[in-house]
Amino acid sequence: MRILALEGALHAAVAQTSDDASSDSSGFFGWLFGSDGFHAPSISEFYPDALAFAGTIFEFNRIELVRVIAAFFMILIFWLVARSAKIVPGRGQAVVEMVLDFVRVQIVEEVMGKERAKRFVPFLTTLFIAIVFFNMTGVIPFLNIAGTSLIGLPIIMALWVYVMYLSVGIKKHGLGGYLKANLFPPGVPKPIYLLLTPIEFLQVFILRPATLALRLAANMIAGHLLLVLCFAATQYFFFEATGALKAAGVVSLAAGFGFTLFEIFVALLQAYVFVMLSSVYLNMALEEEH
Amino acid sequence: MLSLSTIVLAESEGTTYNPIIPAPYDLLWSTVIFVVIVVAFVKFILPKLQKVLDERAELIEGGISKAEKAQAEAAAALEEYTAQLTEARAEAARIREDARAEATQILSESRDKASVEAERIAATAQKQIEAERQQAVVSLRTEVGSLATELASKIVGEALADDARQQRIVNGFLDDLESTVKAEA
Repeated sequence: MRILALEGALHAAVAQTSDDASSDSSGFFGWLFGSDGFHAPSISEFYPDALAFAGTIFEFNRIELVRVIAAFFMILIFWLVARSAKIVPGRGQAVVEMVLDFVRVQIVEEVMGKERAKRFVPFLTTLFIAIVFFNMTGVIPFLNIAGTSLIGLPIIMALWVYVMYLSVGIKKHGLGGYLKANLFPPGVPKPIYLLLTPIEFLQVFILRPATLALRLAANMIAGHLLLVLCFAATQYFFFEATGALKAAGVVSLAAGFGFTLFEIFVALLQAYVFVMLSSVYLNMALEEEH
Repeated sequence: MLSLSTIVLAESEGTTYNPIIPAPYDLLWSTVIFVVIVVAFVKFILPKLQKVLDERAELIEGGISKAEKAQAEAAAALEEYTAQLTEARAEAARIREDARAEATQILSESRDKASVEAERIAATAQKQIEAERQQAVVSLRTEVGSLATELASKIVGEALADDARQQRIVNGFLDDLESTVKAEA
């Protein structure tokens, strides 16, 4: 929905842009410091120039740097809290425990029940915290891009969940039992399987992991483009435009502020959705009856 | 997805990108970063936090069970005290009852004893009186005999001359008798 709405705005923006300006592919720094006309946000934002090892599989760019920074702070913060954890918690520890408690009680145990949840809680908690941190980099000044907005990380996370639910399912029911339970759900007239089995196959083996990864990445990409659009427009209105158009900058700045808050909400929501669905898939794999 | 590809197409210059196809370097770095995070959290950070949470739960549960134990002990003690109190009350009542019964018994016993004693004393006194009376009768009988004999001999001895003498003798006898009785009394 959001992306569709964005599309119109983008077309309008692109139409406004001179060829000269859009050929500038220096990305973030380009639109931040450049003053040669309006820079429309584009998908090339997500493919910045390499900082090291350009052209190899080890290519390291700004987004990877953002991810490393996010991971570093994530581990640092939680390590500091864990290292000095006490039975009577301080303020920081109380916040961390609230997060852990939220994931455990509100998401995993809610879906799986207390007993079954136990073995998955550590991984799913880590997943939740990681997604929140990587999403949040999208609204943190100077980082300004979500670590999850480049599809690779969401794919790795989704694959991890995918392998996990397949393996616990097969371990519990055996390969044949798992396939039978998932592809030929009982209690259905035989001819229906012609329709149902391909759908179930797509569901279990392709759609679940694919939608997990795509939903997260698409949300973060759209959020980033929205923010860039708002702030680029503000930059343009204030410093490039003349006359009454300058006043429009106030509106775009307010919109940017609003969307920043909205992106924080989306960052938390998407982490919640990702972990919730992961719990559901894991639970389905362990269910006796499909 | 359709709109994403439109955005891709909007990129009129330079390379076109497809945001749903990961670049190899993206997958590589994502894997490295994510594995590091998962290992750090699942192996080190979360167990440490979990340990503290478990310790706290244990502490709280220990406190609760301790309180429950104390409460049970207090209830048992109260029950015991109540039982003891009831027992003590019953015993006190029993003792009072016994004492009362004993007192009644003692009273009636002593009353019986007293009346027996009184009867005995009365009987003794009666016997003594009777004995004294007998003695008095015996001694009176002998004395009256001798007195009469004495009187008769006196009368005979004085040869009964005249009435005056007779009178004097009788008076003298009576005076003697009187003084004898007085002396005896």
